[in-house]
Amino acid sequence: MKNIPLSALVGLFFTGAYFLMAIFAPLIAPYGVGEVVGDVWEPMSSTYLLGTDNIGRDLLSRMIYGGRTTIFIATAGTVLSFVIGSILGFFAAVVGGWMDQVLSRFVDLIMSIPTLIFALVVLSVTPVTIPVLIVVMGLLDSTRVYRLARAVAVDISVMDYVEAARLRGEKTAWIIFREILPNALSPLVAEMGLRFIFMVLFVSTLSFLGLGVQPPEADWGGIVKENKEGIVYGIPAALIPAFAIATLAISVNLVADWVLNRTTSLKGGRG
Amino acid sequence: MQDQLNHLSGRVTAGKMTRREFMGKAAALGVSAVVAGNLYTSAANAAEPVRGGTMKVGRGGGSSTDTLDPAIASSETPITNITTIGERLVEVSPTGNINPRIAESVEASADAKSWTFKIRKGVEFHNGKTVTAEDVLRTMERHANEDSQSGALGLLRGIESMKADGDNFIVNLDSANADLPYLLSDYHLVIQPDGGFDNPGDGVGAGAYQVEADEPGVRHLFKKFANYWDDSRGYADAVETIVLNDATARTAALQSGQVHMIDRVEPKIAKLLDRAPNLHVKNVSGRGHYVFIMHTDTGPFNNNELRLALKYAINREEMVDKILRGYGGIGNDMPINAAYPLFDDSIPQRMHDVAKAAEHYKKSGHDGSPIILRVADGAFPGAVDAAALFQQSAQAAGIPLEIKREPNDGYWSEVWNVQPFCASYWSGRPVQDQMYTTAYLSTSDWNDTRWKRESFDAQIIAARGELDVAKRKEMYSQMGRIIHDEGGLICPMFNDFVDAISDKVGGYEADPNNPMMNNGAQIKCWLKA
Amino acid sequence: MHPVLTLVAQRFALGLLLLFAASALIFAGTMILPGDVAQSILGQSATPEALENLRRELGLNEPPLQRYFSWLFNAMQGDLGTALTNGRDIADSLSTRLGNTLFLAFWAAVVSVPLAIFLGLLAVRYKDRWPDKLISAVTLASISIPEFLIGYVLMYFVSVRLGWFPSVAMVNSSMSLFERLNAIALPIAVLTLVVLAHMMRMTRAAILNVMQSAYIETAELKGLSSFKVIYRHALPNAIAPIVNVVMLNMAYLVVGVVVVEVVFVYPGMGQYLVDHVSKRDVPVVQACGLIFAAVYICLNMIADIVSILANPRLRHPK
Repeated sequence: MKNIPLSALVGLFFTGAYFLMAIFAPLIAPYGVGEVVGDVWEPMSSTYLLGTDNIGRDLLSRMIYGGRTTIFIATAGTVLSFVIGSILGFFAAVVGGWMDQVLSRFVDLIMSIPTLIFALVVLSVTPVTIPVLIVVMGLLDSTRVYRLARAVAVDISVMDYVEAARLRGEKTAWIIFREILPNALSPLVAEMGLRFIFMVLFVSTLSFLGLGVQPPEADWGGIVKENKEGIVYGIPAALIPAFAIATLAISVNLVADWVLNRTTSLKGGRG
Repeated sequence: MQDQLNHLSGRVTAGKMTRREFMGKAAALGVSAVVAGNLYTSAANAAEPVRGGTMKVGRGGGSSTDTLDPAIASSETPITNITTIGERLVEVSPTGNINPRIAESVEASADAKSWTFKIRKGVEFHNGKTVTAEDVLRTMERHANEDSQSGALGLLRGIESMKADGDNFIVNLDSANADLPYLLSDYHLVIQPDGGFDNPGDGVGAGAYQVEADEPGVRHLFKKFANYWDDSRGYADAVETIVLNDATARTAALQSGQVHMIDRVEPKIAKLLDRAPNLHVKNVSGRGHYVFIMHTDTGPFNNNELRLALKYAINREEMVDKILRGYGGIGNDMPINAAYPLFDDSIPQRMHDVAKAAEHYKKSGHDGSPIILRVADGAFPGAVDAAALFQQSAQAAGIPLEIKREPNDGYWSEVWNVQPFCASYWSGRPVQDQMYTTAYLSTSDWNDTRWKRESFDAQIIAARGELDVAKRKEMYSQMGRIIHDEGGLICPMFNDFVDAISDKVGGYEADPNNPMMNNGAQIKCWLKA
Repeated sequence: MHPVLTLVAQRFALGLLLLFAASALIFAGTMILPGDVAQSILGQSATPEALENLRRELGLNEPPLQRYFSWLFNAMQGDLGTALTNGRDIADSLSTRLGNTLFLAFWAAVVSVPLAIFLGLLAVRYKDRWPDKLISAVTLASISIPEFLIGYVLMYFVSVRLGWFPSVAMVNSSMSLFERLNAIALPIAVLTLVVLAHMMRMTRAAILNVMQSAYIETAELKGLSSFKVIYRHALPNAIAPIVNVVMLNMAYLVVGVVVVEVVFVYPGMGQYLVDHVSKRDVPVVQACGLIFAAVYICLNMIADIVSILANPRLRHPK
């Protein structure tokens, strides 16, 4: 563990802390998520560690429960989009030909329609539940991952060692997982950190449009929105969830950077 | 001390003292801040109107789909625009009286079935034509036409016949209505040349300003109409309505001096905003109310015990406190409050009562399945938060209320007036009859609580034609009590209209009819030199 | 014909085909939107009579397929029809809005793309040292804050408190270029902060990936300065993923800035589209959708073509 740089340690610490907080939310939170306990926008105090929100609910409790929703949806969405996007992207690049064209053009087609409008249409005809949210967000986002994965894989698939593998008669799946994946990992991991943030922001945008999680449940983006009027008058209730989103994003990406470095050095190269 | 205050007020009127100086000196005399603030306002308002300048108004409710057609105006920005360019027959004054505009005088026959409006002479349209009784007739015909898309169609349904007779516009009703002038003061009913049949959206009216630039969803620029008849309006050389739908953007624009007045200040920040220099927050209690509505003909809400349980379970004070931040008053489960003429203040106020709520809930025999309350942010400002508060207080009484947030998009077509239990708002009407006719008549399209009782319909119609004020008041009182005890309306609060204006604006007066001085602040106020 | 030209031509034809497919998809999408145009236009205050009349007048009772084909045919001739809601010529209203959107996107790109690539190169040059970490942390923070929050915070400090730039980004035809740039300064700042991190990080990752290659080592052994190695040898070989991510973000600047438009009241296309979606003004939504799709497909095509041209192995196939 000595080789872990300080930045990665910080990242791991915060990421871990946030994830633990999400898992054990009901044990940690001092009040219920929808429980009205005080006056509107009370300042931080020993009773309400982070103050109260726009209708007098304990902000700390809402942050803890909100973190749970946000982290869960974003993680599940990111995993889904990466599994689908990268596998299809590699597949298209390796197989090439009309298969590649069909997949790529289909993805172009989906992407050519603004994500938000697309989500709006889909979510207004299906009931908004958390699994539906995850699937919609994951699928929409997988198009972005697909493009990147394919772009990277196309470059790799014309490399001599892939040619060699093909000539050896290896199966497509083998080529994808043994040749392409390890070599494409670093840009993908870098992207994964960012995609995670975009997921968090996307959930909050949907909450903003009234299509996110159902009240009185919370998510961080939703808490920002609920309290945004106070920002310009120095009330910190909206800045706290924004700060949480930012620190989560930074720590996840510090971890991603570290993984990126490790994978690149694993690859050999100049070692 | 009174002399000294008068002296100070005189200096304000002469424009020689700012609000801050005035407040400071008044405080030194031992006058409370509220009293001093009011004194300052009245002193500043007494100042002579100033002509010139461009009045910039930041308003919400604008969209790139807007038009200048008065018939289909339904949100703040288009209503402001048609009020800027148009003139109505009559208007309702801030005190609730009828204010003659294009009609110089109004007279009713003894049975209140025939009404005569005498048309003012020498009023000119922007295209140079003179306003005649014929134009008024054609305008009313357009709005009363069943083929029209006018929002005023329902109001004009009781009209049997109309005619133009020289300078007079005469309306005959099929049944007596003592409130007809109030109906004709509706903001849609802007007089247009030949009724606007050819091109209703061309913006030609008889109002103080004519259209200069029309960019829907962005801004609307108007310049003073040189031949406008009324000297007491239209002080600025030009008026610009800037569409600012986002609440925070609106307040920022006022604070950074890009606009002179804004509407719909969020109650949560109103007090904070008022502390900012060079501007004032203005609030006036009106007839608008925020509501949760139940369909009285749909289970489980067809059970009055359950309705009562929900009515006792809501905490009205908490809502006024937290959702309106004190900018409003508590409701009493009927659509009428003290802002209406003939209001009976002896009807008992229903209070939050957990025990009673639980008792009625038990009596209702509800099976304990979740009661779903549908809500969207757009239902009224703070609707989702209000629903969350409702859920908490209902839970305390053991009522399983569940919130379902719907998208803003499509809320008014898919949820309101469709789903059995949802959040909504009513902007109120100038008189009680209009409110009851719109929302509690069996045949009304907007009967959003599905309140269908023949006896109640008869009461509405009887009250409408009753010319004895005391009897009429008693009839309205009975109707209010019935809705209060049995109706599908849960009315936790009546909201104030909260506007904010810059120090530069003179002539602002509170008007309970609508926000922004009945949507006409831009033509009634002036910019101080 | 040179094989690259064939590839490019193929890509071009596909782009056109895609546009047609997109138009069909947009059409189907607008059909399943819930809600009713007439109700949305007239709002809460509409009576059933008025609704039915409006519906008839707007031709909402005609079969959808017929409406689709006549619209597509007219669109190809540059006639996008008139808006159902306010009877205005769509092409007219849209051209101003599109101009505004492209104006904002252009200036945001002019600021953000070079900055992102420069910062990416800088981060590679000082990899794992403090400039790298600082750039990384700052760009990450900027991307992780919801854009409306950045907007409000900037609005409060820069325009309300300091009074440097206007809080409302109103532009109209009577303004000079300088006035316009002044008006959109804050939106540009927000958009730059939003797109910077993504492009910068991808640049850094792509170049680092290339830096492992043997030819970089050769270049270093030749004694070239490290910046020159990155700039001359690594950057050209990392161009494909970089162009890809730049194009993605350019597309975002054109089609995805609704929130910024709302916050700063900028008269762009996003706001126009959202207004009309909520009023179910189908022809306008379709026209906007088509333009967005065209922008997107175009930018993607450019990205693909650049990738083809930048890859020597694709340029000179065996």
